[in-house]
Amino acid sequence: MAQKITATLTINGQRQTITAAADTPLLWVLREQLKLTGTKFGCGAGQCGACTVHLNGQPVQSCLQTLQDVAGKTITTIEGLSKDGSHPLQKAWLAEQVPQCGYCQSGQIMRAAGLLKETPRPTREQIVEYMSPNICRCGTYARITRAIERAAKEMAA
Amino acid sequence: MERRDFLKRTGLTLGFLVAPGGLLRVVDAHACGEEGDVDLNAWVHISNSENTITVKCPTAEMGQGNYTAIPLLVAEELDADWRTIRVEQAPAEKAYANPDDFNVQGVGGTRATQGYWRTVRLAGAQARAILILNAAREWGVSPAECNTEPNNVVHAAAGRKMSYMEVAKLDNVTLDASLITEKHLKPSSQWRLIGRDARRLDVPLKVTGQARYGIDVQIPGMLYASILRPPVAALPQPLYGDGAENGPMKVDSAEALKIEGVVKVVELPHAVAVVGTDYWATVLGKRALKVEWRNGSLASQYDSEAKKREWATLAADRALKGRTFGNAGDFDAAFKTAAQTLSADYVTDHAHHACMEPFNATASMMHNDMELWSPTQGQTWAQQVCAKVTGLTEDKIRVHTTFLGGGFGAKTEQLPNAETAMLSKIMDKAVKVIWSREDDIKHGAYRPLAAQHLDAAIAADGRVLGWSHRVVADSVLARVRKTAWDQNPAIDSAVAVGMTQPYGIPNRHHEFVHQASGVPVGYWNAVGSGYTIFAVESFVDEVAAKLGKDPLQLRIDLLTDTRGKAVLERVRKLSDWSRPHDGMAMGVAYNHGGRGHGQIAQVVEVSVNRSSGAIRVHNVWAVADSGAVLQPRHLRQQLETGIIWGVSAALREQVTIKDGVVRQSSFNDYPVPRMDEIPEIHIELLQGGPELLSGAGQLGVAPMAPAIANAVYRLTGARLRALPMLPERMKLALGVMQGLGKQRIDSAT
Repeated sequence: MAQKITATLTINGQRQTITAAADTPLLWVLREQLKLTGTKFGCGAGQCGACTVHLNGQPVQSCLQTLQDVAGKTITTIEGLSKDGSHPLQKAWLAEQVPQCGYCQSGQIMRAAGLLKETPRPTREQIVEYMSPNICRCGTYARITRAIERAAKEMAA
Repeated sequence: MERRDFLKRTGLTLGFLVAPGGLLRVVDAHACGEEGDVDLNAWVHISNSENTITVKCPTAEMGQGNYTAIPLLVAEELDADWRTIRVEQAPAEKAYANPDDFNVQGVGGTRATQGYWRTVRLAGAQARAILILNAAREWGVSPAECNTEPNNVVHAAAGRKMSYMEVAKLDNVTLDASLITEKHLKPSSQWRLIGRDARRLDVPLKVTGQARYGIDVQIPGMLYASILRPPVAALPQPLYGDGAENGPMKVDSAEALKIEGVVKVVELPHAVAVVGTDYWATVLGKRALKVEWRNGSLASQYDSEAKKREWATLAADRALKGRTFGNAGDFDAAFKTAAQTLSADYVTDHAHHACMEPFNATASMMHNDMELWSPTQGQTWAQQVCAKVTGLTEDKIRVHTTFLGGGFGAKTEQLPNAETAMLSKIMDKAVKVIWSREDDIKHGAYRPLAAQHLDAAIAADGRVLGWSHRVVADSVLARVRKTAWDQNPAIDSAVAVGMTQPYGIPNRHHEFVHQASGVPVGYWNAVGSGYTIFAVESFVDEVAAKLGKDPLQLRIDLLTDTRGKAVLERVRKLSDWSRPHDGMAMGVAYNHGGRGHGQIAQVVEVSVNRSSGAIRVHNVWAVADSGAVLQPRHLRQQLETGIIWGVSAALREQVTIKDGVVRQSSFNDYPVPRMDEIPEIHIELLQGGPELLSGAGQLGVAPMAPAIANAVYRLTGARLRALPMLPERMKLALGVMQGLGKQRIDSAT
């Protein structure tokens, strides 16, 4: 077992000092130590995207990042995407009524936020390609696509 | 302030409210019990102080929209202002039993709105009557002179009105609920809310990360548990067995206990739990365990490939008798004397749910009470199993149902609840059990593997005179409702759903042959109809091909149900069925719902990559009639989910089992659809009338596989009779066809 370490990270704009085994996945640090349960466990193997957060501004799967990997870095979770659910993607998700069971949606929104940062006006093909790491078992994909297009439009306006 | 006993003040409850456009918030215990905060009945709570009306939802919200649809039905009859409606999860209590689900509290098989449809509208009408009664009493007039408009009781004669919130402050009296009956319900022509889209009450929580699922439950000081399970697929139903036949024989926990954070290793009858102060420590502890297993169940001899061959032989052997149901005429006589006959065999693999949220549950046992937080589809079952494994009585088990990250039948399973209950009792603390994705896939409640044999008897003039359908499979009910099954082992409604002939064929024979396998089979999205409708609707096309008829027209000709004909006629138009195609082809399938009266016809447009064997679905046109449309957008969402499930189940979802061990383990080898694989979906809704209301959650699933197989046949001439239609199976079928010419082609199994 890995040694315990103490690491300082910036999470949703706040500095946090975490003590845990060095190999603890960031996912469980967020969920258990910081009670940020919007980031979900889906597979623990980087195959579903339910645990997507931003690491230094880039979407990553937090189940694959260890505490040691992320020490000193900046992390944004769904809880930190906006203060009050007012990010254009969140508003678009509401307008399109995207979620069904909703379990994957934090990850979907965080991944979409990464896309719009890289490509502010993505084509349908770019959306589909970029979003493919994230699974939605309810099959809300068509509405996810529409919501991303809606948010992109709003952000460009 | 005095109050009659039968109108009780709200107790001090800690619950969760969901508001339209609002946030998750804990109900403030101090705010309850204030003047004007009353329960009008088990379903409706009015809060004067908050200016809200809270509706209790009996069943879980797992994406199907219950948290909106159930309150909407109540609000319609209550004549409530939708903006003041909140929803709260009901506790596990008899008042919330689903009349259409074995009269227990739970949801599955598309039974929520269909099951509670009458109950909750009556509850709304009763609550409205109480409000009218009390306002009239205050005014000293007859209740008959009063009426309502949204959130107000109105006495038109005197030009006065009183809001529901104000009525709630009065010294209330209630009335005998049985006085309000179905005849007091609004006719559909007066519906104000039903039939119009309301925004889902759960959605705001789900875009901000605040929705609380089972896995998110946090209890101060709680422990976590990971559970090592036997290699063989095992998912005991705790009411009927502890799973010890596959359980641990010898446990070496020395290395696991060395891991910091691991508190205890607990031998359960069926598995070994590692309990710790954080989840990651328990994961590492689980990896460090060394366990020898009993491996004593029938499942250890189960090989899914061999079973398909074995059971296909049984399905074709009419001497082997099973249980028949819904038969008419004399099929055997019709078959013997028929001018032409046709027979075909279909086989389907196991499939798995792969809910995004793996199994989990949290329990806290204190003295003689237990609280359970669970993403469960079955509240009554949860109470029963927790009582059984802890020795408490059922009334001592308080069930808190959380949001479900997918259900699809899987979360009717009760083992996670039993595990956390046992561990909480042993540890004397709150314990959360989280299953790994690998365990979720290797120990699921799989859709049964099925072998089916169909025969048709056709007259010289082309009339279809006889139809026989035999299915060989293990039984879901024998596993999950064993007591009822043992008492009356009639037909397994989960396994055989969809078999009953919808077409007007005079001599019909349906038969289910049960083969015990020891492998856990359970409820799945539309369960049996995933394979029975595949066989029925593929075979109708095979009959059409033999007769040289258009398969869509043949269905219309054979059906007697006018609603069935209507959905087919409509989908023909919508899909432009007869238009020519370039490198693609269309296929059609029809589903008469299985449960209730739902009707759907689906047309797909597919292409086949002849070198890889991959089938691609480009377009799906679906026309559905589920009686009444309560929420058009929700209904479309449900149908889309079903269609995407159906495509996935048709083309790729496959669990293979060797010596009882499931070979798949995660999303890499049990792939589910991603965004780049979704067809364009075009849906149209018809309304057969509210008296024919039926659930729609599963309606769209089953027709996808036969529609695709039928399209592939029209495109390539190769008839695929095995699910899933994997690329290698498609290639094999194309190769066989090239070798044999365009004769009868059986796909590889």
